[in-house]
Amino acid sequence: MIPSEPKITPELVAEHGLKPDEYERILKLIGREPTFTELGIFSAMWNEHCSYKSSRLHLRGLPTKAPWVIQGPGENAGVIDIGDGKAAVFKMESHNHPSYIEPYQGAGTGVGGILRDVFTMGARPIAALNALRFGDPKHPRTRHLVGGVVAGIAGYGNSFGVPTVGGLVGFHTRYDGNNLVNAMAVGLADADKIFYAKATGVGLPVVYLGSKTGRDGIHGATMASAEFGEGAEEKRPTVQVGDPFAEKLLLEACLEIMEAGCVVAIQDMGAAGLTCSAVEMGAKGDLGIELDLDKLPCRETGMSAYEMMLSESQERMLMVIAPGKEEQAEAIFLKWGLDFAIVGYTTDTLRFVVRHKGEIKADLPIKELGDEAPLYDRPWVETPKQQRIDPASLDITATLPGALERLIGSPDFASKRWIWEQYDHLILNNTVQRPGGDAAVVRVEDGPKGLAMTCDVTPRYCEADPFEGGKQAVAEAWRNLTAVGARPLALTDNLNFGNPEKPEIMGQLVGCLRGIGAAALELDFPVVSGNVSLYNETNGRGILPTPTIGGVGVLDDIEKMATLDFKANGETILVLGATTGWLGQSAFLSEILDREDGAPPPVDLALERKTGDLVRGLINDGLVTAVHDVSDGGLLVALTEMALASGIGANLAAPPPDMNPFAFWFGEDQARYIVTVESSAKALVLRRAELAGIPVAKLGTTGGDRLHIAGERPIVVDALRERHEAWLPIYMGAGLM
Amino acid sequence: MKSAVLVFPGSNREGDVARALHMVSGVKPAMVWHADTALPPGTDLVVLPGGFSYGDYLRCGAIAARAPIMEAVRAHAARGGLVLGICNGFQILCESGLLPGVLVRNARLRFICREALLKVERNDTPFTRRYARGAIVRYPVAHGEGNYTADAATLKRLEEEGRVLFRYVMPDGHRDDAQVLNGAANSIAGIVSEKLNVLGLMPHPENHVDPVVGPTDGRALFESIVGALEKA
Repeated sequence: MIPSEPKITPELVAEHGLKPDEYERILKLIGREPTFTELGIFSAMWNEHCSYKSSRLHLRGLPTKAPWVIQGPGENAGVIDIGDGKAAVFKMESHNHPSYIEPYQGAGTGVGGILRDVFTMGARPIAALNALRFGDPKHPRTRHLVGGVVAGIAGYGNSFGVPTVGGLVGFHTRYDGNNLVNAMAVGLADADKIFYAKATGVGLPVVYLGSKTGRDGIHGATMASAEFGEGAEEKRPTVQVGDPFAEKLLLEACLEIMEAGCVVAIQDMGAAGLTCSAVEMGAKGDLGIELDLDKLPCRETGMSAYEMMLSESQERMLMVIAPGKEEQAEAIFLKWGLDFAIVGYTTDTLRFVVRHKGEIKADLPIKELGDEAPLYDRPWVETPKQQRIDPASLDITATLPGALERLIGSPDFASKRWIWEQYDHLILNNTVQRPGGDAAVVRVEDGPKGLAMTCDVTPRYCEADPFEGGKQAVAEAWRNLTAVGARPLALTDNLNFGNPEKPEIMGQLVGCLRGIGAAALELDFPVVSGNVSLYNETNGRGILPTPTIGGVGVLDDIEKMATLDFKANGETILVLGATTGWLGQSAFLSEILDREDGAPPPVDLALERKTGDLVRGLINDGLVTAVHDVSDGGLLVALTEMALASGIGANLAAPPPDMNPFAFWFGEDQARYIVTVESSAKALVLRRAELAGIPVAKLGTTGGDRLHIAGERPIVVDALRERHEAWLPIYMGAGLM
Repeated sequence: MKSAVLVFPGSNREGDVARALHMVSGVKPAMVWHADTALPPGTDLVVLPGGFSYGDYLRCGAIAARAPIMEAVRAHAARGGLVLGICNGFQILCESGLLPGVLVRNARLRFICREALLKVERNDTPFTRRYARGAIVRYPVAHGEGNYTADAATLKRLEEEGRVLFRYVMPDGHRDDAQVLNGAANSIAGIVSEKLNVLGLMPHPENHVDPVVGPTDGRALFESIVGALEKA
């Protein structure tokens, strides 16, 4: 023990985010007081971010299996079989806390981290998406966060060379102190060449690859496992700094080294850096790991063992190299100008031993570091149910066209072009459905297959009814994939919540997870990867529960892909699925009447599935010309989006006389799609819907340059477009260009 | 036709342009590593692809312009061989002195990825013979530093010599330097060398060649090169 190392005191233990009973657990486990480095290692392994101690119990209930699932949760990313010997590898992960403190680097390294998770498994990233939530646009910090986060995502993804093809952006005052950055990456690999973290073989070299280790990001994962109070900005040193150029080199070098057969096991250094990656490799393979920190490539001199073990410097990998392959592997890394160092060996002792300058800095049981992490069954209470809203009870002064104009230009519905035009969404030349559609579609190699992908969740629903909200998030992702003609295959979930030590928040997490599980099961849409981000609170106020769902599906033939724009004048517009006029928790209620209440729309999963299967069949058989799912904003917003994408207007019939027109046009009933059909196909489409038992109603006919509901003021599509495109550029102070 | 696509650390559109060349010419190009010192024997066309060579650190294109392979590229250009630099490739050509001027940060300081309208100013070059003179074409741009700048004398000379090959235009076909998407001087999107054998352009013709993915206006640029080389 070097005398300069601090003495272990209750204060020091608390600073490491460990509760007194958790420290007792450490003492019992190792039978002595931990060294300073060991305390750091425990804090890294046992924080919420790495150990999932509050959520693990409830995550167990999620369906994770299907015949096409190659790898479910527990690895760097999920893996699914997409046929023809190919696999899709994907995951979504949050970088919320760092992105609030330092938006550019926080968001950029979020992208870097998720890309690394994907190529660690042997897959080349082919697409990125992101789900962003910001506070009230009027909050003084929001503009700064939007600008920084978007530039950070662009700066990293564009340079790395992955197309950023989709995502979502929403605003709500409950994210004022905690914006969310959920980054998703999708990669493509040969189904029989997936790489894992599990080390095999005793006495094999553990190799460090990539950028050098610096003092950045120390305790990043611990920071991300706590609430913010005043002065969150002071936590800036815990945020890592990204280097997309290094990551691009690391990608190419890793894929080359894998192709050359050099790799036994591989793990990226993400949250909790070297500690977490080394422990995982050993523990998964039932092996010990011995590290010699004198060999570690460092960016700065004089780094202590503690700092090296906890640094979250980016663009680093740990590998176990196959016997006799060290030289070949090193040559590949030197060609790419990256560091390559043998920093340790696998052992049969099941101990995690760290040496530095001739001293043993840590000697811990490797399996227990992970397996014996605290597991909490935290108390929780169910969120009280809300009443269904009766449209007749509402005092509405707006007109239908007036309400539409306001909605389509409001922060949540306004065009996000200002954002996605900063992302290179075309690189790799496979983007067959660009941002703005229901789901992004990326061609698989030279086709004809394509992968569809989307991010979805409606936090208002989750807050009002976590179970229905969780179901709805999964159903909407499934629906968006279906709306482009894809078969939904699997999902990744990024669970963003407040402080789980509060029973109400824990109740939201439990409820959402049950809803996600129920929908995933019913829709055959298993969870293959995910991430949990808790403690998204500032001064005791939590975010809206936001379980973001990233869905992936496959199209067998991209030529059959559906898009949402109206295709021609004179086509019949149909809505498939029942419209009851459900206004509870709707965008209309929130934006026009300034109230967020009522029960959210329930999701009938069996009906969802039946309706989706019908729509997919219609797309596959070429019977529909445009398809759009109906989600928040209801029928009229969906129709407007179809008109805006094409410049073609529509003549719409008045709603059924027994229904409130606002509820009809803006209600958010689930399991609905709008389709357009040529007159020759109309009878067949109606017949197919009837056979499937799905209600279908004619909404109107495409044509002209305006949206015209019978009896209402017509609205010129170009005028709607102006409103739709104006808000974000003006808000960001950038003019209309 | 034998083409060579250079690969620098940080290049990321080399695959896109290689695919476009293969699609149009039927021949796969050779991928040439920046640290090599010679081009494959008989190379007709050298392509410097898009990307962020060396992370765009220092100045975009500045480090790549000094890579070992660039001597061979200069010699190839001096012999009259065709050189095509797209996006980061254009930046590298400017930094290496093969083309005049420089590309600085976009006027609005943001990366821009969108389709741009371009006017093909002349069709008597190896790169544009399959376009009509004055044709308006759509190529996407994807750059943060595509704002072409040069001193007044250089701009005057480029214009007088007809070396501005591609110019950003508005939907009505006219240029508007005040509205141009990245702030480029004279709305310049692409220029050629004096001997018309070296082209640098910011937009990406290689991303508009495949009807499955989008418009195909970029195809004719590669067809022009194939045609020019066949004729030669």
